[in-house]
Amino acid sequence: MRSRSLISTLLFYLLLLIIFVYLIFPFYWAIVSSLKSPNELFETPVRYWPAHPRWRNYVDVFTQQPFGRNLLNSTIVAGMTTFLSLVVGSTAAYALGRFRFAGKHTIFYAVLSVAMFPQISVLGGMFVLVRSLGVYNTWWALILPYMIFTLPFTIWVLTSFIREIPRELEEAAFVDGASPLQVLRIVLLPLMAPGLVTAGLLAFIQAWNEFLFALTFTVDNSARTVPVAIALFSGASQYELPWAQIMAASVIVTVPLIVLVLIFQQRLVSGLTAGAVKG
Amino acid sequence: MTKKGRLSARRARTAWVFLLPSLLVLLLVAAYPLWRTLQLSFFQVSILQFPLKPSWVGLDNYKSLLADPYWWISLKNTAFFTIISVILETVLGLGIALVVNTRFSGRGLMRTAMLVPWAIPTVVSAQMWRWMYNDVYGVINDLLMRVHLIAHPLAWLATSRLALPSIIAVDVWKTTPFMALLLLAGLQSIPDELYEAATVDGASAWQQFWRITLPLLKPALLVALIFRTLDALRVFDVIYVMTGTNPTTMSMSVYARQQLVDFGALGYGSAVSMGIFLIIAIFAAAYLVSLRVEID
Repeated sequence: MRSRSLISTLLFYLLLLIIFVYLIFPFYWAIVSSLKSPNELFETPVRYWPAHPRWRNYVDVFTQQPFGRNLLNSTIVAGMTTFLSLVVGSTAAYALGRFRFAGKHTIFYAVLSVAMFPQISVLGGMFVLVRSLGVYNTWWALILPYMIFTLPFTIWVLTSFIREIPRELEEAAFVDGASPLQVLRIVLLPLMAPGLVTAGLLAFIQAWNEFLFALTFTVDNSARTVPVAIALFSGASQYELPWAQIMAASVIVTVPLIVLVLIFQQRLVSGLTAGAVKG
Repeated sequence: MTKKGRLSARRARTAWVFLLPSLLVLLLVAAYPLWRTLQLSFFQVSILQFPLKPSWVGLDNYKSLLADPYWWISLKNTAFFTIISVILETVLGLGIALVVNTRFSGRGLMRTAMLVPWAIPTVVSAQMWRWMYNDVYGVINDLLMRVHLIAHPLAWLATSRLALPSIIAVDVWKTTPFMALLLLAGLQSIPDELYEAATVDGASAWQQFWRITLPLLKPALLVALIFRTLDALRVFDVIYVMTGTNPTTMSMSVYARQQLVDFGALGYGSAVSMGIFLIIAIFAAAYLVSLRVEID
């Protein structure tokens, strides 16, 4: 065992500190800016901590902007997308993870390639689809298109989870005369719970953060989600962006995501790497 | 038919039934829109009239695309964005992964901090940085002037020479930690015994990195690299939020959406989309072939 000298230990922790500050500083800055008054916000040289921190901006986001509605839209859209992806994706993952049949590889590759689709390449056709279904500027104008990236990803993550579950329990259930759907529902789903949480969380974050479709398939606040709202926040005049409000809104949407990450970080990392590293 | 044969035929049928809902959804939300986009790219059609009134123009949209200076500018911007951001993210990500892979107290905190930029919506991080880049009240100018790296405030996003590099810096901030996490998983799968044996044999840390770490990390590195490339090629959010449709920073996706939505040119915009699709399909195919993703 080599013992590190004091200096190299100090240098190491300094390096860690630099990385940590680099990762966190923009978020810190959003918090600081969101607590400033307009006067303080537009003051030079800038202050690294507000002289008179205040919550007004957080209130204004809900009273001067339709941000509450945007949050509701985002929650419903991301929630529904996640729910549908898990329901539809878990049976597909069961088929891909457990059954042998001709054409399985083709299907798997097809699903995988949909996951790599650039969203922009379907934007025109998706617009036509959304208009023909009569759902333009509603929640469904986002829920349906979001399945294009959440569903393949869910199938992928769940398939890799199912393959790790031992087969014995299912076989016992089959011997007892259970149907495949019963086996999936009663035997496998409880065992898949960690996989469902991981896949669901990843799908939720993807849907929550999506911007291109949300920007294109909504025109007003009846279905507009948080990312679009934050991108389009406008102030009293065209040239004056309400930066303090934008930062307050940014903090509001980021905090729940950070809490999720804190609680589920181990699962998130394993889910992401199951997809990427194992292939 | 034998009993076993009948059983496997039945299981195959069950498998297809289980796949059916997903396949139908993907047909509706992936195959159909892609097919429609391809179809529309051969028409001249306005997005403003619905139902659509398309008129057939054959390959005209594609001919215009090849002669369109803005298409080539957006392609050049996207290539620049992709190459620089992917290189920086890989090198920095590997560096951070190596640092975090050693044992130290507070490692859990560090890993959480690494997930924060990834979890923040791109739009939000773009707005945060846009405010930090502000030419008069921005913290970046203030910091750089305090340490005397610059003499006077710069208009980061309004100077054509600086705009795209500034946007790349945001992408690097957001994606490097994610890259590091993917590589960290790869690093942790390398057995400690290899390093112990190498140390006994007197190999320096530098030699160990080149002879053990890098070769064994290659698969993880390759996957991360290709994923990032595919992602960077379709970049939209960060550029759209920071500089809109300004040609100095416009990416291919920003240009396609401008044509489709802002100019209402559903036909020509679809041709731009198909151009992007083709470029990314080549990279995606290379990925599938080079990794031979196995599922059994």
